[in-house]
Amino acid sequence: MEREPARPMFDTDEMVINMGPQHPSTHGVLRLVLKLDGERVVDCDAVIGYLHRGVEKLCESRDWTQIVLITDRMDYVAAATNNLGYVETVEKLMSLEVPRRAQYIRTILSELQRVASHLLWLGTHAADIGALTVLLYGLRERELVLDLFEEYCGARLTYNCMRIGGQPMDVPEGWDKRVLRFCEIQEQKLPEYEQLLTSNRIWMERTTGVGIISAADAIGIGLCGPPLRASGVVRDVRKDEPYAAYAEMDFDIPIGVKGDTYDRYLVRLEEFRQSLRIIRQAVDGLPEGAIMAKVPRMIKPPAGETYHAIEAPKGELGYFIASDGKSLSPYRFRVRPPSFCNLQGLRQLVRGHLIADVVALIGTIDIVLGEVDR
Amino acid sequence: MPEELKFVPPDQAPPAETPIPPFIAALQAGVPGAVEQVSFWVGDWTVIVAPGRLIEVATFLRDAPACAFNYLSDLTASDWPARSDKRFDVILCLYSIGLRHRLRVKVRLADGESVPSVTGLWPAANWLEREVYDMFGVSFAGHPDLRRILMPLDWQGHPQRKDYPLEGPGELLMESPQDWLKAKQTAVEADIE
Repeated sequence: MEREPARPMFDTDEMVINMGPQHPSTHGVLRLVLKLDGERVVDCDAVIGYLHRGVEKLCESRDWTQIVLITDRMDYVAAATNNLGYVETVEKLMSLEVPRRAQYIRTILSELQRVASHLLWLGTHAADIGALTVLLYGLRERELVLDLFEEYCGARLTYNCMRIGGQPMDVPEGWDKRVLRFCEIQEQKLPEYEQLLTSNRIWMERTTGVGIISAADAIGIGLCGPPLRASGVVRDVRKDEPYAAYAEMDFDIPIGVKGDTYDRYLVRLEEFRQSLRIIRQAVDGLPEGAIMAKVPRMIKPPAGETYHAIEAPKGELGYFIASDGKSLSPYRFRVRPPSFCNLQGLRQLVRGHLIADVVALIGTIDIVLGEVDR
Repeated sequence: MPEELKFVPPDQAPPAETPIPPFIAALQAGVPGAVEQVSFWVGDWTVIVAPGRLIEVATFLRDAPACAFNYLSDLTASDWPARSDKRFDVILCLYSIGLRHRLRVKVRLADGESVPSVTGLWPAANWLEREVYDMFGVSFAGHPDLRRILMPLDWQGHPQRKDYPLEGPGELLMESPQDWLKAKQTAVEADIE
């Protein structure tokens, strides 16, 4: 009897599928074109630009002071650090000396911002992987930070809370006490997150060994911030090129060992503690004095160009600004967005992993599309 | 030309009392004649090199122990229409994670001239060069995947050029959506045929 030859039931070709831009786990309007071999990702191409608003072009036609407002809209979950990077770059161009009190307030604000940003990251990253509880915990504490910001500058998301030359207002009466109270609360809550995740078997299986990147590769592809440090590279702009009042602060840089998703989680978790440590020192040592330097009414930095970087919650946020010395707006305004550079590394991270891990890996690099696309 | 575009970058020479940092001295000794100009402003050092020697200079800067610029912080460009022969600046912001110093490398280019890609040295340059290509129309020779990144793939023009209007190329979609739709449908039908 002749037998029919065995036939494969399904095609075994590689398949290209599209993920996003309306996919809930892509944190905005990120579109990924994935080439799959069964469940395994062979290659990945990120398609970005859906949120492109031409921030750089727009800033080249606005006054120096108006731009602070536009920088809020880039990384909209960390507006204070965006403000800080911009005003410091202009101050560097103008060689302005900012009063120490303003420097300390800026340090407190940007560390509060880092805590808020990391809380949102922790919540959404865990929710992507399936631990929804952490999202509710994270948003609960983030609310407290937003309340502090609201008390300081009146806004809860787009703060516009810094000016060229200093701070627009002094801290409200009793605000420093409430900041310290928040640090206490946050310190108590951190073990709760750790209890939920750090030794959770499902969490560990979903994150350990996923998206390993070596230190050399991470430097080459231009990763910055926590993903770079999780690969074991000691690189933090706050320590290496101190700005604001960081030179006077005592803190450690947590680094990872393996460079996988679990390490990136541990690094960020430790950064909470270090941020709270910095906030405490800055509040305790808050000097008296002016909060605004002597700034001309019309801001016109002398002709020249400069690049200045700060450590935003997501990594190295750099501004390259050229001034022509005559007009009221920058001649060239360029932002080096940390999310953009980290997203570039995604292709290297996802190769060879399961499609379900792609979701975890988008979460772990912590992108905000408003900043990627600008 | 409007008044604000009649400006060329000053590229200030370093003051006499400021010593040249060791990494620039090493570069001048290691790749003789490549550095056309050294500039210094508010604490930042910049070297200006010819496009033809960029790869040589970049390789030296990355590998020489006195330089060790292993991290490409940023790669961008700026447009100076007043400098009619060499309109564009392509700027590499380099950082050394081990030695903690910074340097900018600048290449001056004419419109239509291409610059060698540094993706072979720093893979991070991939998207950054795509963005410069998208925004300025500067092409990078040897780039593995040079296509637009932020603007739609079928976009005409390069928005960050100074002669590109802030409002965009025209507001057909905003002013008369019906005409825009008709033009789009005609294009799609022509495509199908």
